[in-house]
Amino acid sequence: MMREKLVNLFLFLLLPVTALAAFALDEPFIITLATKAAILALAGVGLNIALGLGGLVSFGHAAFFGIGGYAMGILAAHAQSYTPIMESPFLIEGTKSMPVIWLVAIVVSGLAALLIGALSLRTSGVYFIMVTLAFGQMLFYFSISWPAYGGEDGLSIYVRNGFPGLNTLDPLTFFAIAFAVLALVLLFAGRLARAPFGLALSAARQNAERVEAVGLAPFRLRLVAFVISGAVTGLAGALFADLNRFVSPTMFSWQTSGEIMIFVILGGVGRLFGPVAGAALFILLEHVLGGLSEFWHIYLGLLLLLVVLFARGGMIGLIAGREVAHD
Amino acid sequence: MTEVLLDVRNLHKSFGALKATDDVSITLRPGEIHALIGPNGAGKSTLIKQIAGGLRSDSGSVHFAGQDVTPLSTVQRARAGLGRTFQISSLAMEYTVLQNAVLGALGQSGRVMRFFAPVMRQQKLREEAMRALELVGLADHAAKRTADLSHGQRRQLEVAVALTLRPKVFLMDEPMAGLGASGSKEMTGFLDGLRREAPILLVEHDMDAVFALADRISVLVYGQIIASGTAAEIKADPQVRVAYLGEEDAA
Repeated sequence: MMREKLVNLFLFLLLPVTALAAFALDEPFIITLATKAAILALAGVGLNIALGLGGLVSFGHAAFFGIGGYAMGILAAHAQSYTPIMESPFLIEGTKSMPVIWLVAIVVSGLAALLIGALSLRTSGVYFIMVTLAFGQMLFYFSISWPAYGGEDGLSIYVRNGFPGLNTLDPLTFFAIAFAVLALVLLFAGRLARAPFGLALSAARQNAERVEAVGLAPFRLRLVAFVISGAVTGLAGALFADLNRFVSPTMFSWQTSGEIMIFVILGGVGRLFGPVAGAALFILLEHVLGGLSEFWHIYLGLLLLLVVLFARGGMIGLIAGREVAHD
Repeated sequence: MTEVLLDVRNLHKSFGALKATDDVSITLRPGEIHALIGPNGAGKSTLIKQIAGGLRSDSGSVHFAGQDVTPLSTVQRARAGLGRTFQISSLAMEYTVLQNAVLGALGQSGRVMRFFAPVMRQQKLREEAMRALELVGLADHAAKRTADLSHGQRRQLEVAVALTLRPKVFLMDEPMAGLGASGSKEMTGFLDGLRREAPILLVEHDMDAVFALADRISVLVYGQIIASGTAAEIKADPQVRVAYLGEEDAA
């Protein structure tokens, strides 16, 4: 228990320390990598609410990641071309303001999660995995074939979106923004797990029959969890798009869903800081091994295999031991 | 006439040609233990599912405290006041004993859509949970992981969780199953006092417990209630002796 807290503290400090060190050494690319890790961790924290706490193996979280990305892309594209998104029945204009974009990303991906969840949560097990995958793929092909927003080529945003009072063009400032969002969401996710909702949701994962017998409906708990999960991953998508100043259908691809799941599994399913560990390791491997070989995914696969076979609690489980039931 | 808390009227359920429940009516009055006995395959489990929800009846109705719950789901029936224990312990195994009991209290409070305040620090839920654990004698094990409990302790925890629901009626599916002689005796003593909280519909194989506890006994054979009455009446019933107690020559 104590050890997990130390590991969490280390992971929490890892990214800002890396970013600050990179700033001191004048290595803006490393800052960008730390920012990417923070944003991907955020996407993983979102998935972990469904997967870790709720036991919902969603293989379609790219849908929410992509929706968040396109929320940013569409709003910013209209703002940079000075064309409204729609004029009738009422005027909706684009925006370059991050808080507004985030809000739209959260709401739209949350609504999508409500719709996808309401349908897919009627199934379980392999079928749930397949239904969520199918929804992700539907959005993927839709984004490819929708010419209004770049189709296959995606959308480029020329200047990073703004945040009131901050210079978002500065890499360290943008890192600070992404990291602050991650920290806030981690705080929220940590409280969620211990709140009445978390107790009931996790109980529904362990034993749905028991939860029903105490008068709580597992479907409702899971649906709410899925919506929160999708909204968080959608927020991460908006930030990711802002980091790259580019959105493309790749964000919707099943490989993206798989990568988000890999962050969670590598770090530790159900562990609050699992996705942070997983995303940081993923970026590190991508950077280090990717420099050595184009086929670095082989090593990633090998690592994943080892984790799944020998360290079911992921890296955090390996270091901090079995999760202790907390009062 | 005393008020009837659980009123099961003319339930039917068929699986193909098999009549699993054949016109079963059963009632439960305040303060009583009504035991349901019957040989294996008599349809007890089917009947329990029909009463608790989860299995829709072909016809007939179930009422709790005057409310027709026939169209309601398992979850809604639990809310309406049915405290159920399972034949095979059904608990959240990763949780502590206290967390399982708090889960019950949380279900009873209905305030589950709360996302910030730590649930285990909510005094009311904790007190309710501890009260139930003390009643069944598990208070000393509150911090233990449920998976580390003995079989008997899990049975006790099942009952404790049902208690936190403050139910109008208990529906207990073989609470003595696998308890052994001393555990079974302890549970018998406990259930004897429990009937003051709420009446119990008790499905049980342990005949000593049934005859010691039950105010009324109903005998279910091939989906039909063939006899219903006090322990003495059931013991004397020739039909029961043939069908259930296995005596060919009814004396």
